Amino acid sequence: MAPVVHLHQAVALIGRFPALAGVDLDVDAGEVVLLRGPNGAGKTTLLRACAGLVPVVSGTAEVLGCDLVADRSAVRRRVGMLGHATHLYDDLSVTENVDFWARAAGATKEDGRAALDRLGVASRLHDLPVRALSAGQRRRVSLAAVLARRPEVWLLDEPHAGLDAAGRDVVDGLMAEAASVGATVLFASHELDRAEAVARRTVVVAGGTVQRDDRGQDGRRPEEGSGG
Amino acid sequence: MAERTRAAAGAPTGTVRAVLADARLVAGKDLRLELRSRVGLSQVLPFALLVVLLFAFALDPDRRVLGAATPGLYWMVVLFSSVLAVGRTFAVEAEDGVLDGLRLSGLSPAGIYLGKVGALLVELLVLDLVLALAVVVFYGTEISGPVLLAAVVATATVGIAGAGGAYGGLTARMRGRDTLLPLLLLPLLAPVLIGGTRGVEVALGRDAGPGWPWVGLLGIFALVYLTLGTLMFRPLLEDA
Repeated sequence: MAPVVHLHQAVALIGRFPALAGVDLDVDAGEVVLLRGPNGAGKTTLLRACAGLVPVVSGTAEVLGCDLVADRSAVRRRVGMLGHATHLYDDLSVTENVDFWARAAGATKEDGRAALDRLGVASRLHDLPVRALSAGQRRRVSLAAVLARRPEVWLLDEPHAGLDAAGRDVVDGLMAEAASVGATVLFASHELDRAEAVARRTVVVAGGTVQRDDRGQDGRRPEEGSGG
Repeated sequence: MAERTRAAAGAPTGTVRAVLADARLVAGKDLRLELRSRVGLSQVLPFALLVVLLFAFALDPDRRVLGAATPGLYWMVVLFSSVLAVGRTFAVEAEDGVLDGLRLSGLSPAGIYLGKVGALLVELLVLDLVLALAVVVFYGTEISGPVLLAAVVATATVGIAGAGGAYGGLTARMRGRDTLLPLLLLPLLAPVLIGGTRGVEVALGRDAGPGWPWVGLLGIFALVYLTLGTLMFRPLLEDA
Protein backbone atom coordinates (compact mmCIF):
# COMPACT_ATOMS: atom_id res chain seq x y z
CA MET A 1 0.00 0.00 0.00
CA ALA A 2 1.34 3.45 -0.89
CA PRO A 3 2.35 5.60 2.06
CA VAL A 4 -0.07 8.31 3.14
CA VAL A 5 2.78 10.79 3.40
CA HIS A 6 5.62 10.44 0.92
CA LEU A 7 8.40 13.02 0.88
CA HIS A 8 11.59 12.56 -1.11
CA GLN A 9 14.24 15.27 -1.12
CA ALA A 10 11.45 17.78 -0.41
CA VAL A 11 12.59 21.38 -0.24
CA ALA A 12 10.44 24.20 1.13
CA LEU A 13 11.43 27.83 1.40
CA ILE A 14 10.40 30.40 3.98
CA GLY A 15 11.28 33.54 2.09
CA ARG A 16 14.68 32.59 0.68
CA PHE A 17 15.58 30.35 3.61
CA PRO A 18 15.35 26.60 2.92
CA ALA A 19 13.33 25.59 6.00
CA LEU A 20 13.14 22.08 4.56
CA ALA A 21 16.36 21.17 2.82
CA GLY A 22 15.69 17.76 1.28
CA VAL A 23 13.39 15.81 3.57
CA ASP A 24 12.87 12.07 3.07
CA LEU A 25 9.93 10.60 4.95
CA ASP A 26 7.30 7.93 4.37
CA VAL A 27 4.38 7.50 6.76
CA ASP A 28 1.72 4.82 6.44
CA ALA A 29 -1.96 4.89 7.33
CA GLY A 30 -2.60 4.38 11.03
CA GLU A 31 0.87 5.49 12.13
CA VAL A 32 1.44 7.96 14.96
CA VAL A 33 4.73 9.72 14.31
CA LEU A 34 6.49 12.08 16.68
CA LEU A 35 8.63 14.78 15.11
CA ARG A 36 11.29 15.97 17.49
CA GLY A 37 14.19 18.31 17.24
CA PRO A 38 15.48 21.66 18.45
CA ASN A 39 13.71 24.96 17.86
CA GLY A 40 14.05 26.05 14.25
CA ALA A 41 14.73 22.49 13.09
CA GLY A 42 11.93 22.58 10.52
CA LYS A 43 9.24 20.57 12.36
CA THR A 44 6.55 23.21 12.01
CA THR A 45 7.43 23.82 8.37
CA LEU A 46 7.28 20.08 7.73
CA LEU A 47 3.79 19.89 9.23
CA ARG A 48 2.65 23.00 7.34
CA ALA A 49 4.08 21.65 4.10
CA CYS A 50 2.14 18.40 4.59
CA ALA A 51 -1.00 20.50 5.11
CA GLY A 52 -0.39 22.33 1.85
CA LEU A 53 0.18 25.64 3.61
CA VAL A 54 3.86 25.97 2.71
CA PRO A 55 4.90 25.37 -0.91
CA VAL A 56 7.29 22.52 -1.64
CA VAL A 57 9.45 23.90 -4.40
CA SER A 58 11.40 20.79 -5.39
CA GLY A 59 11.61 17.08 -4.74
CA THR A 60 8.60 14.84 -4.32
CA ALA A 61 5.83 15.56 -1.85
CA GLU A 62 2.62 13.56 -1.78
CA VAL A 63 0.00 13.40 0.95
CA LEU A 64 -3.02 11.12 0.48
CA GLY A 65 -1.97 10.80 -3.14
CA CYS A 66 -2.13 14.55 -3.74
CA ASP A 67 0.96 16.00 -5.38
CA LEU A 68 1.86 18.99 -3.21
CA VAL A 69 4.40 20.30 -5.68
CA ALA A 70 1.82 20.56 -8.47
CA ASP A 71 -1.27 21.60 -6.43
CA ARG A 72 -1.07 21.93 -2.68
CA SER A 73 -4.67 23.06 -2.25
CA ALA A 74 -6.24 19.68 -3.05
CA VAL A 75 -5.02 18.00 0.13
CA ARG A 76 -6.13 20.70 2.56
CA ARG A 77 -9.71 19.63 3.05
CA ARG A 78 -8.57 16.11 3.91
CA VAL A 79 -6.11 17.02 6.66
CA GLY A 80 -6.64 18.54 10.08
CA MET A 81 -3.99 20.91 11.35
CA LEU A 82 -3.50 22.43 14.75
CA GLY A 83 -0.57 24.81 14.92
CA HIS A 84 0.42 27.45 17.40
CA ALA A 85 -2.64 29.46 16.37
CA THR A 86 -6.11 28.23 17.28
CA HIS A 87 -8.03 29.46 14.19
CA LEU A 88 -10.87 30.72 16.37
CA TYR A 89 -12.95 33.90 16.15
CA ASP A 90 -12.73 35.72 19.47
CA ASP A 91 -16.19 37.30 19.27
CA LEU A 92 -18.06 34.12 18.38
CA SER A 93 -19.10 31.62 21.00
CA VAL A 94 -17.49 28.22 21.40
CA THR A 95 -20.42 26.52 19.68
CA GLU A 96 -20.55 29.05 16.85
CA ASN A 97 -16.85 28.58 16.16
CA VAL A 98 -16.98 24.81 16.08
CA ASP A 99 -20.22 24.85 14.06
CA PHE A 100 -18.64 27.12 11.49
CA TRP A 101 -15.51 25.03 10.97
CA ALA A 102 -17.49 21.78 11.03
CA ARG A 103 -19.99 22.98 8.45
CA ALA A 104 -17.19 24.43 6.32
CA ALA A 105 -15.81 20.90 6.05
CA GLY A 106 -19.24 19.47 5.28
CA ALA A 107 -19.76 18.04 8.75
CA THR A 108 -22.84 18.79 10.83
CA LYS A 109 -23.55 20.76 13.97
CA GLU A 110 -23.99 17.45 15.76
CA ASP A 111 -20.47 16.47 14.74
CA GLY A 112 -19.28 19.72 16.30
CA ARG A 113 -21.17 19.10 19.56
CA ALA A 114 -19.88 15.55 19.75
CA ALA A 115 -16.34 16.79 19.22
CA LEU A 116 -16.72 19.34 22.03
CA ASP A 117 -17.96 16.58 24.31
CA ARG A 118 -15.06 14.34 23.30
CA LEU A 119 -12.59 17.11 24.12
CA GLY A 120 -14.20 17.60 27.48
CA VAL A 121 -15.31 21.19 26.86
CA ALA A 122 -17.86 21.79 29.61
CA SER A 123 -21.34 22.68 28.37
CA ARG A 124 -21.37 25.82 30.54
CA LEU A 125 -18.62 27.17 28.24
CA HIS A 126 -20.46 26.50 24.98
CA ASP A 127 -22.21 29.87 24.78
CA LEU A 128 -19.27 31.94 26.00
CA PRO A 129 -17.29 34.01 23.50
CA VAL A 130 -13.94 32.42 22.81
CA ARG A 131 -12.18 35.55 24.09
CA ALA A 132 -13.42 34.65 27.58
CA LEU A 133 -11.65 31.27 27.58
CA SER A 134 -8.26 30.38 29.00
CA ALA A 135 -5.46 29.32 26.65
CA GLY A 136 -6.01 25.66 27.50
CA GLN A 137 -9.75 25.88 26.92
CA ARG A 138 -9.13 27.57 23.57
CA ARG A 139 -6.79 24.74 22.64
CA ARG A 140 -9.47 22.16 23.41
CA VAL A 141 -12.05 24.04 21.35
CA SER A 142 -9.61 24.28 18.48
CA LEU A 143 -8.95 20.54 18.65
CA ALA A 144 -12.70 19.95 18.69
CA ALA A 145 -12.99 21.95 15.46
CA VAL A 146 -10.32 19.70 13.92
CA LEU A 147 -11.95 16.53 15.22
CA ALA A 148 -15.33 17.54 13.80
CA ARG A 149 -13.76 17.53 10.33
CA ARG A 150 -12.79 13.85 10.73
CA PRO A 151 -9.47 14.33 8.94
CA GLU A 152 -7.56 11.51 7.32
CA VAL A 153 -4.25 13.01 8.38
CA TRP A 154 -3.74 14.84 11.67
CA LEU A 155 -0.94 17.38 11.75
CA LEU A 156 -0.43 18.66 15.27
CA ASP A 157 2.19 21.15 16.36
CA GLU A 158 2.78 20.99 20.11
CA PRO A 159 -0.71 19.59 20.78
CA HIS A 160 -0.08 19.36 24.53
CA ALA A 161 0.95 23.00 24.89
CA GLY A 162 -1.17 24.98 27.33
CA LEU A 163 -3.24 21.98 28.41
CA ASP A 164 -3.64 20.67 31.93
CA ALA A 165 -2.96 17.00 32.75
CA ALA A 166 -6.52 15.96 31.94
CA GLY A 167 -6.38 17.82 28.63
CA ARG A 168 -3.11 16.15 27.72
CA ASP A 169 -4.62 12.75 28.39
CA VAL A 170 -7.55 13.62 26.16
CA VAL A 171 -5.18 14.63 23.36
CA ASP A 172 -3.18 11.42 23.71
CA GLY A 173 -6.40 9.42 23.60
CA LEU A 174 -7.54 11.35 20.55
CA MET A 175 -4.34 10.59 18.64
CA ALA A 176 -4.54 6.89 19.51
CA GLU A 177 -8.20 6.83 18.53
CA ALA A 178 -7.50 8.50 15.19
CA ALA A 179 -4.80 5.97 14.41
CA SER A 180 -7.05 3.09 15.40
CA VAL A 181 -9.54 4.06 12.68
CA GLY A 182 -6.81 4.30 10.07
CA ALA A 183 -5.98 7.99 10.21
CA THR A 184 -2.36 9.09 10.21
CA VAL A 185 -0.98 11.35 12.92
CA LEU A 186 2.16 13.47 12.69
CA PHE A 187 2.88 15.63 15.68
CA ALA A 188 5.72 17.74 16.97
CA SER A 189 6.37 17.96 20.66
CA HIS A 190 9.02 18.88 23.16
CA GLU A 191 7.32 16.87 25.90
CA LEU A 192 9.26 13.78 25.04
CA ASP A 193 8.22 11.39 27.80
CA ARG A 194 4.56 11.83 27.07
CA ALA A 195 4.97 12.08 23.31
CA GLU A 196 7.13 8.98 22.97
CA ALA A 197 4.60 7.01 24.96
CA VAL A 198 1.95 7.84 22.37
CA ALA A 199 4.02 7.67 19.20
CA ARG A 200 4.96 4.38 17.61
CA ARG A 201 7.77 6.06 15.76
CA THR A 202 10.06 9.02 16.33
CA VAL A 203 11.60 11.10 13.59
CA VAL A 204 14.37 13.51 14.52
CA VAL A 205 14.42 16.66 12.43
CA ALA A 206 17.32 19.11 12.43
CA GLY A 207 18.58 21.66 9.94
CA GLY A 208 15.56 21.11 7.73
CA THR A 209 16.29 17.43 7.15
CA VAL A 210 15.44 14.12 8.76
CA GLN A 211 18.46 13.21 10.88
CA ARG A 212 17.14 9.97 12.32
CA ASP A 213 14.09 7.81 11.85
CA ASP A 214 13.60 5.03 14.38
CA ARG A 215 11.17 3.08 12.23
CA GLY A 216 12.01 -0.58 12.78
CA GLN A 217 11.97 -3.30 10.20
CA ASP A 218 8.44 -4.15 11.21
CA GLY A 219 7.40 -0.52 11.30
CA ARG A 220 7.40 -0.48 15.10
CA ARG A 221 9.43 1.66 17.43
CA PRO A 222 12.63 -0.06 18.59
CA GLU A 223 13.24 -0.83 22.24
CA GLU A 224 15.68 1.96 22.93
CA GLY A 225 14.77 5.64 22.79
CA SER A 226 16.17 7.91 20.15
CA GLY A 227 18.24 9.86 22.64
CA GLY A 228 18.82 13.59 23.02
CA MET B 1 -12.98 11.93 3.66
CA ALA B 2 -14.12 15.54 3.89
CA GLU B 3 -15.55 15.31 0.38
CA ARG B 4 -17.43 12.20 1.41
CA THR B 5 -18.49 13.98 4.57
CA ARG B 6 -19.92 16.88 2.59
CA ALA B 7 -21.96 14.54 0.45
CA ALA B 8 -23.07 12.47 3.41
CA ALA B 9 -24.19 15.58 5.24
CA GLY B 10 -26.34 16.57 2.29
CA ALA B 11 -24.11 19.55 1.53
CA PRO B 12 -24.25 20.69 -2.07
CA THR B 13 -21.36 19.37 -4.12
CA GLY B 14 -22.14 20.92 -7.51
CA THR B 15 -19.76 23.77 -8.24
CA VAL B 16 -22.14 26.75 -8.31
CA ARG B 17 -24.37 25.42 -5.54
CA ALA B 18 -21.35 24.61 -3.41
CA VAL B 19 -19.90 28.08 -3.93
CA LEU B 20 -23.21 29.70 -2.99
CA ALA B 21 -23.56 27.45 0.08
CA ASP B 22 -20.03 28.41 1.15
CA ALA B 23 -20.85 32.08 0.57
CA ARG B 24 -23.97 31.83 2.75
CA LEU B 25 -21.96 30.19 5.53
CA VAL B 26 -19.23 32.84 5.44
CA ALA B 27 -21.71 35.74 5.17
CA GLY B 28 -23.69 34.41 8.12
CA LYS B 29 -20.51 34.09 10.17
CA ASP B 30 -19.38 37.63 9.29
CA LEU B 31 -22.76 39.17 10.12
CA ARG B 32 -22.83 37.26 13.41
CA LEU B 33 -19.33 38.56 14.16
CA GLU B 34 -20.52 42.10 13.50
CA LEU B 35 -23.57 41.62 15.71
CA ARG B 36 -21.36 40.33 18.52
CA SER B 37 -18.53 42.86 18.25
CA ARG B 38 -20.63 45.87 17.13
CA VAL B 39 -17.56 47.53 15.68
CA GLY B 40 -19.55 48.84 12.73
CA LEU B 41 -22.31 50.16 14.91
CA SER B 42 -20.14 51.66 17.62
CA GLN B 43 -17.17 52.87 15.58
CA VAL B 44 -17.65 53.01 11.79
CA LEU B 45 -21.13 54.54 11.86
CA PRO B 46 -20.30 57.25 14.43
CA PHE B 47 -17.16 58.08 12.42
CA ALA B 48 -19.24 58.50 9.26
CA LEU B 49 -21.82 60.70 11.01
CA LEU B 50 -19.05 62.78 12.53
CA VAL B 51 -17.53 63.48 9.11
CA VAL B 52 -20.95 64.45 7.70
CA LEU B 53 -21.34 66.85 10.60
CA LEU B 54 -17.82 68.28 10.19
CA PHE B 55 -18.46 68.96 6.50
CA ALA B 56 -21.62 70.82 7.56
CA PHE B 57 -19.63 72.94 10.03
CA ALA B 58 -16.93 73.66 7.46
CA LEU B 59 -19.28 74.70 4.66
CA ASP B 60 -22.37 75.89 6.53
CA PRO B 61 -21.68 79.63 6.16
CA ASP B 62 -22.30 79.17 2.45
CA ARG B 63 -25.34 76.90 2.08
CA ARG B 64 -25.06 77.03 -1.70
CA VAL B 65 -21.64 75.38 -1.62
CA LEU B 66 -22.83 72.74 0.81
CA GLY B 67 -25.88 72.04 -1.36
CA ALA B 68 -23.83 71.78 -4.53
CA ALA B 69 -21.19 69.58 -2.89
CA THR B 70 -23.62 67.24 -1.10
CA PRO B 71 -23.49 64.33 -3.61
CA GLY B 72 -19.68 64.33 -3.67
CA LEU B 73 -19.41 64.73 0.08
CA TYR B 74 -21.84 61.85 0.58
CA TRP B 75 -19.74 59.50 -1.50
CA MET B 76 -16.49 60.65 0.07
CA VAL B 77 -17.88 59.77 3.49
CA VAL B 78 -19.17 56.44 2.19
CA LEU B 79 -15.78 55.58 0.67
CA PHE B 80 -13.76 56.47 3.77
CA SER B 81 -16.17 54.59 6.01
CA SER B 82 -16.09 51.63 3.63
CA VAL B 83 -12.31 51.43 3.96
CA LEU B 84 -12.77 51.08 7.72
CA ALA B 85 -15.47 48.44 7.28
CA VAL B 86 -13.40 46.45 4.78
CA GLY B 87 -10.35 46.64 7.03
CA ARG B 88 -12.37 45.36 9.97
CA THR B 89 -13.96 42.47 8.08
CA PHE B 90 -10.54 41.15 7.05
CA ALA B 91 -8.75 42.00 10.29
CA VAL B 92 -10.75 39.27 12.05
CA GLU B 93 -9.47 36.75 9.51
CA ALA B 94 -5.86 37.74 10.17
CA GLU B 95 -6.13 37.12 13.92
CA ASP B 96 -4.96 33.85 15.44
CA GLY B 97 -4.22 32.12 12.16
CA VAL B 98 -7.80 32.19 10.92
CA LEU B 99 -6.65 32.72 7.32
CA ASP B 100 -4.83 29.39 7.51
CA GLY B 101 -8.01 27.91 8.92
CA LEU B 102 -9.95 29.21 5.94
CA ARG B 103 -7.39 27.79 3.53
CA LEU B 104 -7.65 24.40 5.24
CA SER B 105 -11.40 24.54 5.64
CA GLY B 106 -12.51 23.10 2.35
CA LEU B 107 -14.48 26.25 1.56
CA SER B 108 -14.06 27.41 -2.02
CA PRO B 109 -12.10 30.67 -2.34
CA ALA B 110 -14.88 32.06 -4.54
CA GLY B 111 -17.42 31.18 -1.84
CA ILE B 112 -15.31 32.87 0.84
CA TYR B 113 -15.00 35.98 -1.35
CA LEU B 114 -18.70 36.17 -2.19
CA GLY B 115 -19.66 35.54 1.43
CA LYS B 116 -17.45 38.33 2.68
CA VAL B 117 -18.74 40.65 -0.04
CA GLY B 118 -22.32 39.75 0.85
CA ALA B 119 -21.85 40.55 4.53
CA LEU B 120 -19.97 43.72 3.67
CA LEU B 121 -22.77 44.74 1.33
CA VAL B 122 -25.38 44.40 4.08
CA GLU B 123 -23.26 46.47 6.48
CA LEU B 124 -22.54 49.16 3.87
CA LEU B 125 -26.19 49.43 2.82
CA VAL B 126 -27.14 50.12 6.43
CA LEU B 127 -24.38 52.73 6.53
CA ASP B 128 -25.64 54.27 3.24
CA LEU B 129 -29.16 54.54 4.61
CA VAL B 130 -28.13 56.18 7.88
CA LEU B 131 -25.82 58.57 6.04
CA ALA B 132 -28.57 59.51 3.59
CA LEU B 133 -30.89 60.33 6.50
CA ALA B 134 -28.10 62.34 8.13
CA VAL B 135 -27.55 64.33 4.93
CA VAL B 136 -31.28 65.09 4.70
CA VAL B 137 -31.36 66.21 8.33
CA PHE B 138 -28.05 68.10 8.59
CA TYR B 139 -27.80 69.54 5.06
CA GLY B 140 -31.53 70.11 4.49
CA THR B 141 -31.32 68.08 1.27
CA GLU B 142 -34.49 67.29 -0.69
CA ILE B 143 -34.72 64.13 -2.75
CA SER B 144 -36.53 64.48 -6.07
CA GLY B 145 -35.87 60.97 -7.39
CA PRO B 146 -35.94 58.46 -4.53
CA VAL B 147 -36.05 55.39 -6.78
CA LEU B 148 -33.10 56.58 -8.82
CA LEU B 149 -31.26 57.48 -5.62
CA ALA B 150 -31.83 54.00 -4.18
CA ALA B 151 -30.69 52.38 -7.42
CA VAL B 152 -27.52 54.50 -7.63
CA VAL B 153 -26.62 53.89 -4.00
CA ALA B 154 -27.31 50.15 -4.15
CA THR B 155 -25.38 49.60 -7.39
CA ALA B 156 -22.42 51.70 -6.31
CA THR B 157 -22.32 49.88 -2.97
CA VAL B 158 -22.15 46.51 -4.70
CA GLY B 159 -19.09 47.82 -6.54
CA ILE B 160 -17.50 49.10 -3.34
CA ALA B 161 -18.11 45.78 -1.57
CA GLY B 162 -16.80 43.84 -4.58
CA ALA B 163 -13.57 45.80 -4.82
CA GLY B 164 -13.22 45.94 -1.03
CA GLY B 165 -13.56 42.17 -0.78
CA ALA B 166 -10.71 41.63 -3.24
CA TYR B 167 -8.32 44.23 -1.83
CA GLY B 168 -9.18 43.35 1.75
CA GLY B 169 -8.13 39.78 0.98
CA LEU B 170 -4.93 40.97 -0.67
CA THR B 171 -3.82 43.12 2.27
CA ALA B 172 -5.19 40.95 5.08
CA ARG B 173 -1.86 39.63 6.30
CA MET B 174 0.40 42.42 5.05
CA ARG B 175 2.32 44.56 7.43
CA GLY B 176 0.87 48.06 7.45
CA ARG B 177 -2.39 46.85 5.96
CA ASP B 178 -4.30 49.68 7.65
CA THR B 179 -2.49 52.24 5.53
CA LEU B 180 -2.04 50.06 2.44
CA LEU B 181 -5.73 49.28 2.06
CA PRO B 182 -6.90 52.86 1.42
CA LEU B 183 -3.90 53.49 -0.84
CA LEU B 184 -4.87 50.54 -3.03
CA LEU B 185 -8.64 50.67 -2.73
CA LEU B 186 -9.51 54.36 -3.10
CA PRO B 187 -7.96 54.85 -6.57
CA LEU B 188 -9.79 51.73 -7.75
CA LEU B 189 -13.06 53.21 -6.53
CA ALA B 190 -12.64 56.53 -8.37
CA PRO B 191 -15.08 55.45 -11.13
CA VAL B 192 -17.65 54.57 -8.45
CA LEU B 193 -17.14 57.99 -6.85
CA ILE B 194 -17.66 59.74 -10.19
CA GLY B 195 -20.65 57.65 -11.30
CA GLY B 196 -22.24 57.72 -7.86
CA THR B 197 -21.85 61.47 -7.52
CA ARG B 198 -23.35 62.16 -10.96
CA GLY B 199 -26.22 59.78 -10.33
CA VAL B 200 -27.02 61.32 -6.95
CA GLU B 201 -26.84 64.82 -8.46
CA VAL B 202 -29.62 63.81 -10.85
CA ALA B 203 -31.62 62.10 -8.07
CA LEU B 204 -31.41 65.27 -5.96
CA GLY B 205 -32.48 67.46 -8.87
CA ARG B 206 -29.10 69.24 -9.11
CA ASP B 207 -28.56 68.00 -12.65
CA ALA B 208 -31.30 67.79 -15.28
CA GLY B 209 -29.54 65.04 -17.29
CA PRO B 210 -30.61 61.39 -17.33
CA GLY B 211 -29.69 59.43 -14.21
CA TRP B 212 -30.21 55.81 -15.22
CA PRO B 213 -27.17 55.59 -17.52
CA TRP B 214 -25.08 56.21 -14.39
CA VAL B 215 -26.78 53.26 -12.74
CA GLY B 216 -25.87 51.17 -15.79
CA LEU B 217 -22.26 52.32 -15.65
CA LEU B 218 -22.05 51.60 -11.92
CA GLY B 219 -23.57 48.19 -12.60
CA ILE B 220 -20.84 47.43 -15.14
CA PHE B 221 -18.14 48.45 -12.65
CA ALA B 222 -19.78 46.30 -9.97
CA LEU B 223 -19.90 43.32 -12.33
CA VAL B 224 -16.25 43.75 -13.29
CA TYR B 225 -15.13 44.00 -9.65
CA LEU B 226 -17.20 40.97 -8.63
CA THR B 227 -15.98 38.88 -11.54
CA LEU B 228 -12.33 39.75 -10.98
CA GLY B 229 -12.67 39.25 -7.24
CA THR B 230 -14.29 35.83 -7.67
CA LEU B 231 -11.60 34.70 -10.10
CA MET B 232 -8.65 36.21 -8.26
CA PHE B 233 -9.50 35.35 -4.68
CA ARG B 234 -7.78 31.96 -4.77
CA PRO B 235 -4.32 33.43 -5.55
CA LEU B 236 -5.06 36.33 -3.19
CA LEU B 237 -5.83 33.89 -0.40
CA GLU B 238 -2.61 31.98 -1.14
CA ASP B 239 -0.47 35.09 -1.01
CA ALA B 240 -2.24 36.62 1.97
